[in-house]
Amino acid sequence: MNVLVCVKRVPAFGASVPLLDDGSAIDTRQLGFTIGPHEECAVEEAVRLVAAHGGAVTVLSAGPAEAAEQVRSALAAGADHGVVVETGTGELDPSATASAIADAVGVLTDAGTRPFDLLLFGTASADAGHGQVGARVAAGLGLPMVAGVKGVEVGDSGVLTLRCEAGDGVEWCRVEPPVVIAVREGLNLPRYPSMPGRLKARRAAIDVLDGAGAGGGLVPLGLRAPGAARAGPVVLGHGADAAGPVVDVFERLGVV
Amino acid sequence: MTLVLVDEGVDAAADAEATVAVAHTLGGPVEAVTAGAAGESGLSDTLATLAATGVARLHRLSWPGAAEATPQARGAALARWLTTERPSAVLAPAEGRAAEVLAHAAARARLPLAAQCVTVDAAVDGEWTVTRERAGGVLLEDARLTAPVALVTVSRAAQAPAPAAVDRCEVVEHVVEPDPVAARARVVGRTAAAGGVTLATAPVVVSGGRGVGGPEGYGVLEELAGLLGGAVGCSRVATNNGWRPHSDQVGLTGTRIAPELYVACGISGATQHWVGCMDSRVILAINTDAEAPMVARATYAVLGDVHEVLPAVVEEIRRRREARVPGQDRAEAGVELRSGTRVP
Ligand SMILES: Cc1cc2nc3c(=O)[nH]c(=O)nc-3n(C[C@H](O)[C@H](O)[C@H](O)COP(=O)(O)OP(=O)(O)OC[C@H]3O[C@@H](n4cnc5c(N)ncnc54)[C@H](O)[C@@H]3O)c2cc1C
Ligand SMILES: Nc1ncnc2c1ncn2[C@@H]1O[C@H](COP(=O)(O)O)[C@@H](O)[C@H]1O
Repeated sequence: MNVLVCVKRVPAFGASVPLLDDGSAIDTRQLGFTIGPHEECAVEEAVRLVAAHGGAVTVLSAGPAEAAEQVRSALAAGADHGVVVETGTGELDPSATASAIADAVGVLTDAGTRPFDLLLFGTASADAGHGQVGARVAAGLGLPMVAGVKGVEVGDSGVLTLRCEAGDGVEWCRVEPPVVIAVREGLNLPRYPSMPGRLKARRAAIDVLDGAGAGGGLVPLGLRAPGAARAGPVVLGHGADAAGPVVDVFERLGVV
Repeated sequence: MTLVLVDEGVDAAADAEATVAVAHTLGGPVEAVTAGAAGESGLSDTLATLAATGVARLHRLSWPGAAEATPQARGAALARWLTTERPSAVLAPAEGRAAEVLAHAAARARLPLAAQCVTVDAAVDGEWTVTRERAGGVLLEDARLTAPVALVTVSRAAQAPAPAAVDRCEVVEHVVEPDPVAARARVVGRTAAAGGVTLATAPVVVSGGRGVGGPEGYGVLEELAGLLGGAVGCSRVATNNGWRPHSDQVGLTGTRIAPELYVACGISGATQHWVGCMDSRVILAINTDAEAPMVARATYAVLGDVHEVLPAVVEEIRRRREARVPGQDRAEAGVELRSGTRVP
């Protein structure tokens, strides 16, 4: 089973999101980078599927050259091949991201990579949250797609049964590869990369493709933080002594 | 004309209310569309909700095999139908499957889509202006959407005046061509969301993070949640460590909740957690660190070790209950005597 996983390099912010003064972007000077939880689960699922059924996992990121860092972390978690599609530092419209990815799939296949049976995505990217890059890649490549996936079962004949969750319930889908799948966190518990995995990933060769991104119809004009911060808390006390005041609050709220 | 893409069924129709309200602010008539409905069962609820929100026409797209259609197949059908209808915009609620269907329609129609919008301003020369939520709503993005048809998913945080009701919503049936590629995936089973006290609907949620220290530490959180008639939640650190199932996770990639009371125990309050609980009416933070963002943003705070605070709180609740018991006992005994049955 040949699996492609698409991951996006995103800033890892904690308690607040620093912005550049002109609001044009997140100020990443003091931040590290990561990939989103949905995508971590996609990498883990790909590694498990290949361990159980054979094949290889290719992990791909479109973005700046630095996205190699996120590709390497996926290699450390067990992926076999890494690809960075260089699209520059600017933020891409989701249709431009999707065509860069779809083009890269074509280039890889032409260069002799076996066609991918599964193309795994996250449900939504951690920073932009467009929720559509996977759907656009599927449309571009003429493949079926199933999203919101929280369970993958491979049947005897290779037919997949997928458990898909949305707010209103669960749908089970059946599909034969090749297929595009967008997964949700909770599908599995991603492993921590092992030390040998990390060492191997550090040395691994990563393919670099040129993916100059075309424009699209969605153009960000600026970022801002929503207003209305809460006024500091009422401190009810310290340690076990606070129990009385806490239960007073519970009684006022009518929850005890 | 502005179209609102809805899913059929009571809950789905209720979810669409904010979206319909936003659609009415764009000027021009508002109509609704469903693509591949799961059956007749939810239709009357949908029509009632639509009429109550001023929508007088529902277009129902169907095709052979629609009952087994995935969101992709439904989006493909919608994209095909849009080429003849030419609305100025199609809006869908950002939560749930309608948003997924719209993303597929956008992909097929090669149209841009602005997701998670809190405001949508009608086009000037084919250019729409929207404000989108990013990272769960801790950031807002103003954006320009240039498109012949604006495709937008509307966040539940969007606000618009409630539209005036109409007498009834009529149904217009359309039969469209199925999509062969999407039809390679079929829905083979469905189950509705579980009822009862779930994390998403519980009036009280008691959540624990790294500060709880390990899986055994959740016992006292469960006890407190039980006493308050609530559910237990957790942070991503707890899920990642395997202390709690992911279904307990509150946050951007977990569940978004809005209980009356949220008790955050040993949780620092990273933005990705905060967006999941920020709609709670009252937040009580229990944390050893007075500087933790969760403490700064909470309504109430207790500074201290969860392992000391929580047992003391549980004991205090029990103590006060016991102090009340004699009176309650008499009342219960009276009920028992009259009815002759005992509620277990
Ligand atoms: C894209 C993305 C999505 C994410 N989605 C989510 C999500 O959906 N939900 C989520 O929760 N996180 C999410 N995260 C992770 C998030 O950024 C934080 O890492 C996580 O919420 C931290 O969990 P925590 O507060 O339990 O741990 P920490 O940040 O380590 O905080 C522990 C807190 O416990 C306090 N503490 C320690 N010991 C005690 C004690 N004995 N008694 C009292 N207090 C104590 C400490 O002072 C500290 O404030 C996401 C991250 C990313 C990048
Ligand atoms: N620049 C990128 N490079 C690789 N994969 C991406 C990129 N952007 C988005 N994706 C994938 O598409 C999914 C959905 O992204 P989005 O449509 O932005 O919410 C993500 O979870 C990733 O799997």
